[in-house]
Amino acid sequence: MGQILSKKDQKIVKDGVWESNPVTLQVLGICSALAVTVQLKTALVMCGALTFVLCFSNVIISLLRNLIPSKIRIIIQLAVISSLVILADQFLKAYMYDVSKQLSVFVGLIITNCIVMGRAEAFAMQNPPGKSFLDGLGNGLGYSLVLILVGTAREILGSGTLLGFPVVPQIMYDWGYVNCGLMVLAPGAFFLLGIIIWIQRAISGYVEKN
Amino acid sequence: MSFLQKQSKKIEKLFEKGKPLEKFYPFYEALDTFLLTPGNKTKKAPHVRDSVDLKRVMIFVVIALIPCIFMGIYNAGYQIELAKGLTHSLLGCLGLGAWKVLPIIFVAYAAGGFWEALFAVVRKHEINEGFLVTGILYALVLPPTIPLWQVAVGISFGVVIGKEIFGGTGMNILNPALTARAFLFFAYPAQMSGDAVWAAVDGFTQATPLAVVAAAPKGALATSVLAEAGYTFKDIFLGFIPGSIGETSAAACLFGLVFLLVTRVASWRIIAGCALGLTAMSMVFSLNQGAESLAFFSLPAHWHMVMGGFAFGAIFMATDPVSSSATDTGRWIYGFLIGVLVVLIRMVNPAYPEGVMLAILFMNVFAPLIDHFVVQKNIKRRLVRAEGK
Repeated sequence: MGQILSKKDQKIVKDGVWESNPVTLQVLGICSALAVTVQLKTALVMCGALTFVLCFSNVIISLLRNLIPSKIRIIIQLAVISSLVILADQFLKAYMYDVSKQLSVFVGLIITNCIVMGRAEAFAMQNPPGKSFLDGLGNGLGYSLVLILVGTAREILGSGTLLGFPVVPQIMYDWGYVNCGLMVLAPGAFFLLGIIIWIQRAISGYVEKN
Repeated sequence: MSFLQKQSKKIEKLFEKGKPLEKFYPFYEALDTFLLTPGNKTKKAPHVRDSVDLKRVMIFVVIALIPCIFMGIYNAGYQIELAKGLTHSLLGCLGLGAWKVLPIIFVAYAAGGFWEALFAVVRKHEINEGFLVTGILYALVLPPTIPLWQVAVGISFGVVIGKEIFGGTGMNILNPALTARAFLFFAYPAQMSGDAVWAAVDGFTQATPLAVVAAAPKGALATSVLAEAGYTFKDIFLGFIPGSIGETSAAACLFGLVFLLVTRVASWRIIAGCALGLTAMSMVFSLNQGAESLAFFSLPAHWHMVMGGFAFGAIFMATDPVSSSATDTGRWIYGFLIGVLVVLIRMVNPAYPEGVMLAILFMNVFAPLIDHFVVQKNIKRRLVRAEGK
């Protein structure tokens, strides 16, 4: 990494993953984090789709940033984002039809995901395309990290499987172990997210200002 | 100095700053204040000369629960004997019940106590008797057949997510014992509800009175449906019915109520509010019943009060001083709405025949809001009076 990216560029990526993680610190994109994390597979596909949209919307908006009149910038950002989302949606429908069906409306709802809009507005409008790409990548990875953690925990605890393969040994069930039904419901994701936020803020020492 | 005080002073040195056991000071503190009156004094006015503190209040609740504990143990055994067709004997019931119930209480205390002590050591706050109340309340609202590992998982959730996350004793929004039960209820529904969990006999099923009424055909008369199923008002009142360990006997709860009211630990306004709300709402339903309405519509209020967990919930759970309203007017509103919600959830929601747990948790969330408006109203009233002069 050190050879390819300068210290400053590394920081842009790291910020998105850890220092200002979009889910745990900015608490954005929670809706999809609850909806698609019942199984790890759907969570992974969602992460891929969101990271793709985030990176390229940042690049395109960054390229256009000096041409966009500020009064109508939101609608232009939305046009760019929705075009990319449609691309991602069509790609999933063509090559991963099953997962696309499971994700249902949530791919389309990437358009309204606050992370995408937030990064376009806060970063891509002021920075050159290269840096904007890295910022999109960092935030996409930060979002993915949380979704993968939540998805893994929910699938193991809620269904006893991981990516569809059984991971809880049969002998545990014979001894009376039961899958936790709460983890399949949306509140399960809320609790896990809360615990992840708790742990991360305890490590990084982040305190909310009043 | 008495023998106990001397011993306490002796070991205190081990826990002081810089000594090897410094980290475990909360353990010493808990034992010391459990046995002896704490030496701490209030530094600033106002001073109240009273030996009641948080620890004494909490231990009073545990004492008030003793009738429920005994009745719960007896009834757990009684249900087993009933299911197996054995002849009833006092010792047999107590023995069978204790064999089922005591491990649940023990696991609830051990697992809950572990988290309580861990947070006390890390965060350097005290371990107090509030946890003794949470542990026993939690054990008493579980079905007697619950697997012990689920007991441990539930109380861990209740103590950590329900209480410690918010900062420990006195800071929690929800009642930790009910939070733990709610977690189990949604996480392991097969072990927490249904007809097969009330008597510890394999393959034996029996519907609780509430489930019987919920399953009755439309337009039926609730009391006659109950009579057909073999439930009399006396049995339900005394607690010889299937249900969670401590909740079945309204009579045992009433003993606890008397003790709590005499010692002024529980707020009578909340309990009266609950009873009033339940009566009002069930009257609304009974006035609106037609030929096609649910059997629940015809259930009189006094049956509602003795069935399910209402008596236990209203007396021991809703009155939790931390999660309930703190103003007198607020307590009336808070209690009344719990009563209303209990009837609403029992009747209108087809998924849950019982609604006491959800009603209390729901109103726990609203308690600070109710207090806010009561306080604001009082401020306005006094401002008007001050300006009028």
